[in-house]
Amino acid sequence: MQSLRNYLDRIKPNFQKGGRFEHLESVFDGFETFLYTPRTAAARIGAQIHDALDSKRIMIIVVLALMPCLLFGMYNTGYQNALAAGVQPDAIAFWPTFLYGLLAVLPRIIVAYAVGLGIEFAVAQMRHEEIQEGFLVTGILIPLICPIETPLWMLAVATAFSVIFVKEVFGGTGYNVFNVALVTRAFLFFAYPAQMSGDKVFVASQKIFGLGYDLPNGFTGATPLGQIATFAGDKLEVLNLQDRAISTWDAFLGLIPGSMGETSTLCVLIGAVLLLATGIASWRIIVSVVAGGLVMGAIAHALPTATYPASFLTPLDQLLYGGFAFAAVFMATDPVTAARTGTGKYVYGFIVGAVAILIRVYNNGYPEGAMLAVLLGNALAPLIDWCVVQANVSRRMARMKKRVNP
Amino acid sequence: MADKVKPLDALLNPLSRNNPVVVQILGICSVLAVTAKLEPAIVMGISVIAVLALANVIISLIRNTIPTNIRIIVQLVVVAGLVVIVDQVLKAYAYDASKQLSVFIGLIITNCILMGRLEAFAMANKPWPSFLDGIGNGAGYAIILIIVGFFRELLGSGTLLGYQVVPQWCYDHGYVNNGLMILPPMALIVVGCIIWVQRSYNKDLQEP
Repeated sequence: MQSLRNYLDRIKPNFQKGGRFEHLESVFDGFETFLYTPRTAAARIGAQIHDALDSKRIMIIVVLALMPCLLFGMYNTGYQNALAAGVQPDAIAFWPTFLYGLLAVLPRIIVAYAVGLGIEFAVAQMRHEEIQEGFLVTGILIPLICPIETPLWMLAVATAFSVIFVKEVFGGTGYNVFNVALVTRAFLFFAYPAQMSGDKVFVASQKIFGLGYDLPNGFTGATPLGQIATFAGDKLEVLNLQDRAISTWDAFLGLIPGSMGETSTLCVLIGAVLLLATGIASWRIIVSVVAGGLVMGAIAHALPTATYPASFLTPLDQLLYGGFAFAAVFMATDPVTAARTGTGKYVYGFIVGAVAILIRVYNNGYPEGAMLAVLLGNALAPLIDWCVVQANVSRRMARMKKRVNP
Repeated sequence: MADKVKPLDALLNPLSRNNPVVVQILGICSVLAVTAKLEPAIVMGISVIAVLALANVIISLIRNTIPTNIRIIVQLVVVAGLVVIVDQVLKAYAYDASKQLSVFIGLIITNCILMGRLEAFAMANKPWPSFLDGIGNGAGYAIILIIVGFFRELLGSGTLLGYQVVPQWCYDHGYVNNGLMILPPMALIVVGCIIWVQRSYNKDLQEP
């Protein structure tokens, strides 16, 4: 390790002002701080205003927290493919299934990173700034929240759009109003609705290097929420790809069709534990999003109607299906776009949770509302913070006046 | 206001340096509404040029006789009359375009560019410069409309003026039109891009 540090120190002058590769200063700086905590981060002794963790280290922890979702998502991609091909669940071997999922998912991660980081590097170099690290997380979130069958070029277009128009025009990482990964998904959702919803896109349908199965053209693989949105009848039943009922336990484990990283509530919980233990995600937001979802789910469940079939779901099922848990833990808690004040976080989280279920239940056009709910919450966050701060100001003002002339 | 404006400046300034849409940010609503396709954008642009130029001339001719307290009403009457004429002409000779534009021709009356030019220019200048100013501002508006309409129709429908431009070969290989381009938010983003490009060329327009 020391030799790497020495090597970096030796070549560093080349990249500083007057050096041979002066124009690549940002790139060098990006790699150096990726490998080592920069010397500008606060020391680990005494009382400091800044955290000793710099933001690259924070991002890496978030990426680690996403790993269970990613690995499980890979396995589930292969598993759903095999189920759709008619293989009995007992006969699905672990390694070929996982390998198939890995091969299906890997191109998406590479495309998202290549496009996003390419733009970030170019912009940083143009402005002669440090390369910002926000995309480390965004790049892995994007493949996790999109259907597995989204064409790669769409993923590239959407990533480029949201990195440029949601992040760079506002000034880069830390200044964006909206969550970049979610805007990527929203862009895909509104620009290419046929490729982003329906009953074909959530299951990988082709062989990759001889692994997996080619699915017949006519197969359908609707997600649970997709089935519910188009459901007509009295007794709600959610089926998996082999027409067996999906139990609450299946939904918790995540062996259901859906966007790659979102299906498993268990893996999301593992990630949540890591984020909360390291103090990166705000427990206030997670708790209040879940509370909002439960309250809205209970209201909907108390008034079930066949017009809105999702109202047949129990509040617990509402939390387990779709991207709700993922949004609560990884999307709503994004420290840049969430509310910053303590009370504001409760309000923000509750709005996100309640609106997610509201959209899901009462708008049959959108089977899942978590994406739109978090984006709406992002838009409201500054207003919520402003109200909280003003309430505090006027409360203290009243207290002071009382003390001055009682 | 009292400064003499050179006729040529009155005609050319609004095209870029003092563009009503991307510099003064006026008339945004109709830019969002009528630019999903190129053809209605062109028709709308021509209509606004015609109404604005004629209204400017008429107001400029009677500017000294209009009582100050009711000048807005007089301006509105003139504009409304012209808009009705344009609307009828379109219905007679370009029925399809008129149907696509629907209410937005009528809403030219409330277009901020018109009231702005009448108040700021025609009330204080002679008919000839006013005419040029009307043509210039109308053209400045039309240019933006056409640029926005061009990109929205090309990327959103794969056509231009109704003719297919994106070759069938692309669709066969998985290309899909971008549905977001048809929706109004994307018009706002395209206008934003035009503003971005224009301000990078004209550094003095950049706000600190």
